[in-house]
Amino acid sequence: MNQLWYAVPLIVSISLVYGATRHELMGPILQNAARAATWIVGFMATIFVILWAVSWFV
Amino acid sequence: MVQDSESASPSDQQIEVDLRNPTVAALWAWIWPGAGHIYQRRYAKGTLFMVCVLGIYFFGLTLGSGHVVYASWRPADKRWQYICQLGVGAPALPALVQSRQVRQTGKPFGNGFMAPPVNISPDSGVSDDLSELHLRYHTFFEMGTLYTMIAGLLNVLAIYDAYAGPVIVVGKDETDTDKPPPEDA
Repeated sequence: MNQLWYAVPLIVSISLVYGATRHELMGPILQNAARAATWIVGFMATIFVILWAVSWFV
Repeated sequence: MVQDSESASPSDQQIEVDLRNPTVAALWAWIWPGAGHIYQRRYAKGTLFMVCVLGIYFFGLTLGSGHVVYASWRPADKRWQYICQLGVGAPALPALVQSRQVRQTGKPFGNGFMAPPVNISPDSGVSDDLSELHLRYHTFFEMGTLYTMIAGLLNVLAIYDAYAGPVIVVGKDETDTDKPPPEDA
């Protein structure tokens, strides 16, 4: 579980760089980065729930 | 000139970006992450790319004590991950020097920083330098490799941004304006 913290710098960096490739000003970059980070965390949470459910049934 | 035309943010509309010489900017962006944007006087984005890309690159390098970035194309150890890591540019180039040194003399410079494992045994069950690295750093070896690979791949996006400017996001309202106006009856 503690190793999940290592995902945080990656999520922050990926979101910021992705946002920066789509906008020029810092405000929209940060907004886009926040949206991208939410999507990534949501995707990871979905995968986690699916795997947890599979492990619970099997 | 490139226009950033995100319709959701009025402050971001119609930003003109002077890319100067895009090829030179892209080269700088590869050599040192963020340098291409600083060359284009896009200081904020240059600093952002530099901090993000180099931050996770050096963090990953530290996780593996400098052993997770190395160049090797031997049959028993094809380090394809280095292709991704090479996207970071100059910070990954010492691995090429160490690789050449190991090929020629069998011994790396210094304490083996960014040097490929010298003794590689293709036979399973036989301990060699690579398995020694995995044993010593456990999951941090893989994690450091992942961090440095992603840093290199992110810098490819930054290089493209330096070469061509930000991806133009056209909102729905703007696409509607492209349609010809209806003719009067």
